[in-house]
This record gives sequence, structure tokens and C-alpha cells, in this order.
Amino acid sequence: MRNSKLVTLEEAIRRSGLKDGMTISFHHHFRGGDKVVNMVVDKLAQMGFKNLHLAASSLSDVHAPLIEHIKNGVITKISTSGLRGTLADAISHGLMDEPVVFRSHGGRGSAIATGELKIDVAFLGASACDELGNACGVPRSGNAKSICGSLGYALPDARYASHVVVLTDDLVAYPNLPAGIRAADVESVVVVDSVGDSSKISAGAIRDSKNPRDILLAKSAAKVVINSGYFEDGFSIQTGTGGASLAVVKYIREEMINRGIKASFALGGITAHMVKLHEEGLIGRLIDVQSFDKVAAESIGNDPSHVEVSAVEYASGQHTGSATHALDIVILSALEVDTNFNVNVLVGSDGVIRGAIGGHQDTAADSALSIIVCPLLRGRIPCVVPKVTTLITPGKSVDVVVTEYGIAVNPARPEVAEKLRAAGLKLVDIKDLAAKAESVIGKPDALPFGDKVVGVVMNRDGSVLDKIYNIK
Amino acid sequence: MFVPGNNPGMMADAHIYGPDSIMLDLEDSVTMAEKDAARLLVYNALKSIDYGTTEMVVRINPLSTPYGRKDVEAVVKAGVDVIRMPKTETADEVRELEAEILKVEEEIGAVGRTQIMAAIESALGIVNAYEIATASKRMMGIALGAEDYSANLKTNRTPGGAELLLARETIVVAARAAGIACFDTVYSNLDDMETFRKEVELIKILGFDGKSIINPRQIEVVNSVFVPTEKEINKARAVIAGIKEAKAKGSGVISVNGKMVDRPVVIRAERTIALAIAAGVISGEEAL
Repeated sequence: MRNSKLVTLEEAIRRSGLKDGMTISFHHHFRGGDKVVNMVVDKLAQMGFKNLHLAASSLSDVHAPLIEHIKNGVITKISTSGLRGTLADAISHGLMDEPVVFRSHGGRGSAIATGELKIDVAFLGASACDELGNACGVPRSGNAKSICGSLGYALPDARYASHVVVLTDDLVAYPNLPAGIRAADVESVVVVDSVGDSSKISAGAIRDSKNPRDILLAKSAAKVVINSGYFEDGFSIQTGTGGASLAVVKYIREEMINRGIKASFALGGITAHMVKLHEEGLIGRLIDVQSFDKVAAESIGNDPSHVEVSAVEYASGQHTGSATHALDIVILSALEVDTNFNVNVLVGSDGVIRGAIGGHQDTAADSALSIIVCPLLRGRIPCVVPKVTTLITPGKSVDVVVTEYGIAVNPARPEVAEKLRAAGLKLVDIKDLAAKAESVIGKPDALPFGDKVVGVVMNRDGSVLDKIYNIK
Repeated sequence: MFVPGNNPGMMADAHIYGPDSIMLDLEDSVTMAEKDAARLLVYNALKSIDYGTTEMVVRINPLSTPYGRKDVEAVVKAGVDVIRMPKTETADEVRELEAEILKVEEEIGAVGRTQIMAAIESALGIVNAYEIATASKRMMGIALGAEDYSANLKTNRTPGGAELLLARETIVVAARAAGIACFDTVYSNLDDMETFRKEVELIKILGFDGKSIINPRQIEVVNSVFVPTEKEINKARAVIAGIKEAKAKGSGVISVNGKMVDRPVVIRAERTIALAIAAGVISGEEAL
């Protein structure tokens, strides 16, 4: 029978065989503009489902309506990379009986691939999909409304979930190829009015940060990169999207031109800055698990050397072929770093969950050189501390910490410290940075944690790294 | 670098950007309602924050206001390096401030510790520039405040700065005659770094020792204009080496690369080397 995959959402759910207690999954490529999670869970609630495990690649403030579904028992377990906003706040205060399981992007990918995280039904939003289920995040018609670029975090779900439902707001004629999500993996296609609010999916034009602190941090981080010994022709790099991380790219670019060296690839979340370097011939390939802005999303649709990879190919710790194993330099941010170089990117200094593990654990562990860029002080909050509130990335994976008060190198990497000193950079002991923060701000009071576990932080090898307790 | 005296966040880390001098402001950037709170903040910042070797200046309110004397007391007690006196018009005003500083210094047993920088911001101040510059042994430098000055002249500020030319030259001449430093006014359009750079280049040619800035992003531009280039440093080294050699031979006149070197050339060469050392471009040993 032709067109048998095209059904309504309700019909797709019915067909999927979903039962109470099963696991459903989502991706977060539509970021703050995502409409899929709320739409699907509303429908599941309406259909009377209970006790579901929601396994998303990440959740944000737009998913606050889940609070009601948790209270009503529709959702009783969550696995994710991150939580933000009122949902995170409610969970931190003990909304759920079962702890949220936090995994890195690579950790989630490998948990799905190995069956440790078994997904019964995946509901995957797509910018374009044909009637057989070939789906992608790039525009394939003049009607494309919700463009997100790479669908990297959705690809393990598409491949390994028992049942896959694609939701799209742009049904295009077969063949919608090439496509990351392949028809053979897809059971149902649901056409909806809108899968995402395009104004919130990605930032428009990216402006360079004018914040003097960001600029100072970026210049210091660029000096570390340039003098680290890894800045040679053919190097590879990954950066985050914060103001300082983006500015680092600008300063590295200048030095690449000065020295006449080129990077072989840039990895991870891809931004307009990286696309620019690629188009200038300074970066060979862009390996894209998530396109952070419109420029990146358009580039991946047009440029064959800008390629989509799944979270498993990107950063799995259990698949030796993942890209992070070939990565030289990663520049990452942090909420807190402690004197043992442990990093927290998930739980705020107020004890409330407000971030995401993302690829932090993965890239820090696998790259040849990991650089954390983090202000020593954020207002009255110290960011270099004696002990992180929550352990996300173990200090053994972290090589250099760049703050506005100085650069600290992990004592486990004396050869890196030696190279930086030889280049005239002044290094400081990370304990002195923590002491400096305390001398300016004072010693913060201990956080009023309760004894209920609200979150479990997994290491990328599947072991438990830390537990998050409820905050009073 | 100007830092508002009512902004703890900015005060806490202004020194990390590497300005030569930080000027915490109690005057125009602080509203009437916040004068007391800002004074307390500035006092505590000076007492408790480790600014390293950065010179610390505080711009106080004029002594003619209800806040000026309290400002002097607080910042002298806190150990400020320099008090910047706003809207200075006469030498008498400087002497009045000097007496006020001395009173506090005597009270705490630290006589002579505090220096003065006078900001000249009116036509009368420019007319009296040399008297102001020589009114006190504590006077370390004079500075132009261009906003008030151009308003006082009944004109506007322009990108080329034609309206400031006499004031700038007068300040440089008065400072040199008095043997003290001189500093140029702020440039407040942070989005126009090109015009800012041209202004810094102009005031360097006029003879200023430095420029007041309002944002760390301006530091790099000022440094790049003021810090001597490698070529300038090498030329200065050659001059100094030449003069040493001439002295050793007992000769008064020397030539370097075929050009006669006289006293002003030597002074400029020494100044270039001093600036290069201060900017960290070369070390004291390398200078020789």
C-alpha cells in the first residue's frame, strides 16, 4: 500500500506499540524553539499514557510544560544531557521521585548503541522529510520553515530505537536524499504545522563579543593554543559557542594566516566563525554534530566537505572510531573548576541544575589538549573553587585552565607548561587562583542540599561519577 | 582608565586588563544620591583589593561641594597614590586641596604620601595652566577634561579635535615647563576605534605622556601607539651607545649613521628606551 507511513501523531503513537513504562526519545536540535517534545508529550498525556521514561539528547526552558506531566505521572523518569530553566529548577527542588540520569553526548550515543539505554519509540523532528521517512535538518524546498542543520544527536535514536516516528513541517517528494535519518529506520511520518520556532532555533548574525573580559580570556586562550605545541599544519580543533570561545577562533585565525598553517578539521558544534575559516581555506573539513547558527545550518546543506556525524561517530568513548579520538585541541567553558582540575558544567553555584554536560566529558578525555576558559569571578560567584559542586569532567582529562587572573596548567602535563613558559606566558598554580577568588569574594556558605538524589551524573564509560541532591 | 566608583564589579577587576593607572571616579559618574555609598566602596576597594603595581588614582568631588572634603579624608586614609582634582581653575584651589590632604596625612602619620593630578576643564584653567602645574610639590601631572572645556568655550567636540588644540598644547607646554606629566582627555565612542587611534596618534605627537580611557578595549590602541617600535628602539640604542663611546673618547659631538647627534636627540633616545622598558617590550638589561 502506498504512503502507508504517513499518519497522524495519534495514529503513529498507536502503531508504535508504546506502552506505559516504556522509553521515548527526542533530540534537541531545535534548541529553544523546539515544539516536538511538548506536542508529543501533550498527546501522550491526552491518550492516557503513564509512567514513561523520557530520554532526550537535551532539555531546555522551553520544556517547562513537562512539569505538569511529571506531576500527573505521565513522565516518571528523565535521561538527558542537560536541563535549564523552570523545569531544571523544579527538578533540583525535588519534583521527581526518580533521579534524572545525565549523560554526555558521546555517553548517550554509546549507551544507545550498546543497549544500555534502550529506546522503545523515538519521536524525531525534521526540517524536511519524504513520505518514506528520509529526513534531514536542512531545507529541501521553498517551504522549509524550521532549519537546524545537522541532526547528529538524533541519528543514534533513528538507528537503534525499536520504533521511529519522524515529525516534519515540510513534507517533500521522494527522494529526500542525502538524508541522515534513513527511510529504512523509520516506521511513521507525521506532518505537523511546525516542529520549531525558527527565531529560537538558532541565532542570526553572530556578533563578536565586546565584553573586555571575554576578549582578555580569548586572547589568553589563543596564546595557549598557539604555543601549546599542537598548533601545527594539519591540527584539528573544537570550540564552544560562548563569547570567549568564539573570540578565540578570531585570534587563532590571525595566527594561522601569519604562519601559513591550516587545520585539517573542526569538530563538534559548528558556528559561523568555523564556516568562515573553512570557506577561507583555513580549515579542511567541518565535522558537524550540531549546527549552532543559520550560517552553519546553511553550509551543511550546501557544502560536501561540511559533514553531518552522529553522536556516536562524534564522541563515543566506547567506539574507537569516534572523531574525538582524532581531535588535537578542544576549548571548553565551565561553571566551576576546582583545584584538582575537576570541572562542573551542570549545577550552578546555588545548587540548581542550569547547564548541560554536552560533549564536555568526551572531548576533554579524548583530545590531545583540553583548555578550559572560565572567568575566576562571575560577579560574586567564584568559579575556581576548592571542590566543584558536581563532578562532570574529571581533572585527569583537563590540561589547561585559562582565567582573567592567570593560566594554570595541570601538573600532569609538565611538557605543556614548559612550552607555554618558554613562550613567555606566566603560569599560576590553580590553588593560588582559588585563593585569589576567595580573597576577593570571601568563602561562600555551604549549599543547603537535602538528602534526596535528584540527578545522577554518568561518566562516558557508563559508570556513575557523581550524584546531585535536592536543594532546599 | 576611568572606573565608576559605584560599580563594585568593575572596580574588582579593572587591573586585570593591564592599565598603567586606574582612576576610581567619585565625581561625574556617581549620582548625588550615591556619593556616600560610592566613597565607602572606593575606600574598601583601595584597602582590600590587590591592584598589584597599578597606580591608583581617585577623582574626588570639588572641595566646593559637600562631598569633596569627605572624599579626601577617605581616600588618603585608604592610601591612594594620586588624587585627581576635577575642574581646576586656579593655583589657590590646588593649595586648598594640598592643605586638606596634609591635614589627613598628619592625622594618620603619612605626610607627603599622596600626590595630586589636576584636571583642567575650563578656559580659565587653561589660562592658569602653568600656575596650576607649579602650585604644589605634590603635583604629578595635569590633564585635560575636554567635555566641560568645550562646553565652556561654547563649542562642540569634533572628530579632528580642532577646538582642543590650544588647550592641548597649553597643557603640554605648562607640564613640561613645570617638569611634570600631562594626560589627554577621554574618547568616548567605543565603536569607532579608528578615530580613537588617530586621536591617540595626534596627542602623542603633541607631546602627551598618555591618554585617559574609559574601557579596557582602548588599552591596546593606546599601547600600540605609545610603545616604541623595534626600529625606534634600535635607533635609540645606537644613539646611546654612540654617546657613551664619544664620552669615553672625550668628544662632545658624535654622529650616528652620518647624522649629528645633539642633546635633544639623546634625551629622546633615553625616553624611548624608558618607555620600552616600562611597556615590557625590553628588559632593563636588554636596553644596554
